[in-house]
Amino acid sequence: MKMRRVAVVGAGMTKFVRRALETADELSWQATQMALDSCGLTLDDIDAVASGTAPDAFDGVHMNSEYLCPGSGGWNKPFIRCYVGGGTGVMAVIHGWYHVASGLFDTCLVVCEEKMSSCQPHPQGAFLTIFDHTLERPLGPNLLWIFAMEMNAYMQRYGLSHRDIALVTVKNRRNAKDHPCALLGEDITVDDVLNSEVMAWPVRRLDVSPISDGAVAIVLASDKVAHRLTDKPVWIEGVGWSLETAYWTNRDLSYPQQVEEAARMAYQMAGITEPRKQIHIAEPYDPFDYKELHHLEGLLLADKGKAPEMTALGITRRDGDLPVCPSGGLLGVGNPIAAAGLMKVAELFWQLRGEAGARQVPGNPKRGLAQAWGDLMQVGTVVILGVA
Amino acid sequence: MTERVAIVGVGWYGFRSITPEVSYKEMMYEAAVRAYHDAGIDPRRDVDSFVTVAEDFNEGTSIFDEYTPDQMGGVLRPNETIPGEGLHGLATAYMQIKTGLIRVAVVEAHSKVSNILHPAHILAYAMDPVYNRPLGLHPYFIAGLEMQRYLFETGATLEQCAQVVVKNRQNALLNPLAAYPAELSLADVLDSEPVAEPLTRLMVAPPADGCIVMVLAAEEVARALTDTPIWIQGLGWANGSYSLENRDWVELDYVRQAAEMAYRTAGIRYPREIIDFVELDDAFAYKELQHLEALSLCRPGEAGILTVEGATSLDGDLPVNPSGGSLGCGHLLEASGLARALEVVLQLRGEAGAHQLPDVAVGMAMGWRGLPTTSAAVAILARED
Repeated sequence: MKMRRVAVVGAGMTKFVRRALETADELSWQATQMALDSCGLTLDDIDAVASGTAPDAFDGVHMNSEYLCPGSGGWNKPFIRCYVGGGTGVMAVIHGWYHVASGLFDTCLVVCEEKMSSCQPHPQGAFLTIFDHTLERPLGPNLLWIFAMEMNAYMQRYGLSHRDIALVTVKNRRNAKDHPCALLGEDITVDDVLNSEVMAWPVRRLDVSPISDGAVAIVLASDKVAHRLTDKPVWIEGVGWSLETAYWTNRDLSYPQQVEEAARMAYQMAGITEPRKQIHIAEPYDPFDYKELHHLEGLLLADKGKAPEMTALGITRRDGDLPVCPSGGLLGVGNPIAAAGLMKVAELFWQLRGEAGARQVPGNPKRGLAQAWGDLMQVGTVVILGVA
Repeated sequence: MTERVAIVGVGWYGFRSITPEVSYKEMMYEAAVRAYHDAGIDPRRDVDSFVTVAEDFNEGTSIFDEYTPDQMGGVLRPNETIPGEGLHGLATAYMQIKTGLIRVAVVEAHSKVSNILHPAHILAYAMDPVYNRPLGLHPYFIAGLEMQRYLFETGATLEQCAQVVVKNRQNALLNPLAAYPAELSLADVLDSEPVAEPLTRLMVAPPADGCIVMVLAAEEVARALTDTPIWIQGLGWANGSYSLENRDWVELDYVRQAAEMAYRTAGIRYPREIIDFVELDDAFAYKELQHLEALSLCRPGEAGILTVEGATSLDGDLPVNPSGGSLGCGHLLEASGLARALEVVLQLRGEAGAHQLPDVAVGMAMGWRGLPTTSAAVAILARED
C-alpha cells in the first residue's frame, strides 16, 4: 500500500538550561512560536497537535499534557500526548507522523517539553518511582545505578576501556560549542572525563548528560501542503518503535535489541538495505557516552563492540564518514528528556536543509536517522528523515 | 489509506469496586486474553502495534509504559502509551492503521482505582500549580460550579439530574459488568449528602476497577477474522481551555468540536437521524445532560426534559447509557471512554444480553478526561450496513 508522504517543514527550540525561569507551559509556547515562525504559519493553520513529555513527576502535574496544552497550541484542537519514557521525543514525531499519514489531518504540530529543575532537591528522586513497586523500589535504586550496570556489561562483553568510551563525551561537548541552544559546549579531554567524580562505578560525572529544562517543536505537513510552504521539505521516510520486557534484570544488557527491532522497522519502511551507506548523519540517543556507542551498534551502523573504534578513528566526527551527534547530542546540548529526543529530529531537519550554520555537516547529506531510548533500558524509537 | 478500520475483538475484566484477587497486570492479562480469543488472533504473531492508555499518578508509577508490554504479549514489538482518555487510545490505533503501516492494533485501558488511597489528593495535582492548587480545594468544587451554571443557563432542574442517576443505575441492574446497579428513587438521590452544592453524593459516579482491551484491524484483515466487524465510522477529539479562569463555563466547545469532527469523518449531517443510541460520559449526573446537548443530539435545555419523559431510557427513542454509564458501571478513570465503546460494540453485535436494544445499527461513544480538564473524544461505531 502506498503511504501518504509527510514532511517536516519547520522547527524551533528554546535554549536548554539548567534552571529555566519560565513555566513548563511557557517553554512549550516559546518553542511552538519559533517552529510556526520558521515556516510562516500561525496556529490557525495547524489541524492537530501531538505532544510529548516524560514523567508527570517532573512538572509535578497530574495529567500534565492538559497543563501543557495551551502552550503547545492545543487549545480548540485535537490534542493527544504520547509517552514512552526517554524514547518520547522521537516517538512524538512518529505520533505526529500518523496524524498526517492517516489522512485525517494536513498539518500537525509536534511539541516536546521537559522541565526537570522543578523537581527538588534532585530529579533522581522522581526516577525512584519508575521502578517496580514490589521487587525494586524497596532497594532505593536510581537511573545511574542501572545504567552503570549496563555500561559495565557492555565494557566487559567487548573488553572496552573507559578511555574508549570517554571519547564520545569529548566529541559531543566539542560539537555543542557550535549550537546556540547548548548547555555544555566546551573543549574537554578524555582525562577530564576519567578524572571526574564517580557517580556509580564505572559511570563518572562527565559520562552523563546534564539535567536540563527546555522545549522543542516541529511542524509536520502532508505532501500537498508541504510543497506549498517550502522548497525544502524534509520527508519522514521511515519510522520504527519497539518495547522490550519490563523485567530488565532478566536481559542481556550488553546489546539494545529493542533499538535493532525499531531500526529494522524503520529501514524496511524507508527501503534502506545498507544503512551504513544510506544513512549520512546519525543522531543516536546519548544520555550517557556509552549509550551513543551502544545505539550505533543497535542501529546496525557499527558492528557489535566496534563503535568505540569508529569513534577513535574519527569516523563519527562532524567531518567524518558518518557524523554522529553533530548537534552535540544530549551530552553537549543538554537532556530535557522528551525535548532532547525531538532536538535530534530538529537537528536533522536543519542539517538536511543545509541550515545548521557552524554545525553543518559537509557533503550535502541526503538522509539522517534520529533515535531515542528509555524506560527501564527498554524502548527504542527511530525516525529516518531524507531530502529528495 | 482509504481502507476502513474495524473493531474485531473485545475483552474486559471487572467492573467492580475492588479487585483484590488481581494486580493491574493480571487484570490487563485477563482482558487481553479474552480480546485475543474473541478476535481469534495470537498477539505474538498477528498484532503490529500495542497502544495502552495510562496516567502515571493514577498508577503510582512514573513512566508507567514500562510495565505494559509483558502482560499484553507485546514484548519487542511496537508499543506506546497514551496519557489521555481511553478513546484517545482508540483514535491512536485507528490512525496507525489508516497509515497503512499497521494492519492490526490493540488498545488497552484500565483502572485500578481501589489501589489509590485518596483519589481526590491525586486529582488535586491536576490543578494549575500556580493559580489553583494553592487554594487547597477538593477538585469537585469545579463540578459544583459548572452544574450550578448549567442549571441557571438552561433551566434544567435538580430532579432532571437526579433522574439520570435513577435511570443509569437501573440500567445497570441488567448489565452483568456493572459495579453499582441499584433501584433508587429521586428522593434518594436528591437527599443524599451534598458534595459541592448543588451536587449530591449519588450524582457522582463512584470509582471502580476494570480493564478493557480492543483489537482493531484494517478492512481486509477484519473481514478475514470475523463475520461481525464493528466499523469505526467516525472519530473526533478536541481540547478546550485548561485554565479555569478562561474557560467558557456554559458552552462545552471541546465536546462540540470533537463531535463535529466525528460527524464529519463519518459523513453524518443529521446525527439524531443516524445515531441509534449513545454511551457518553456521566462522571457527574448533570454531565450526561450537558454532553447530550453538546453532541448536538438535542437542543440546549432539552436533555433533562427528554430524560424525564423517558426518551433516553432503554425503551426510549434515543437510549443513553444503556450499560448504566459510569454512574451504574463505576467510573474507570481514563478507561471510562473505552468502557462506553465496549458497550456500543456489544450492543451492535447483539451480545448485550438482558439490556440488548432492538435493531441498533449505529452507536456513539463519548469520553471526557474528567476534572479539571476540557478534553473529550467521540467515536461513532456501526455494524455492517
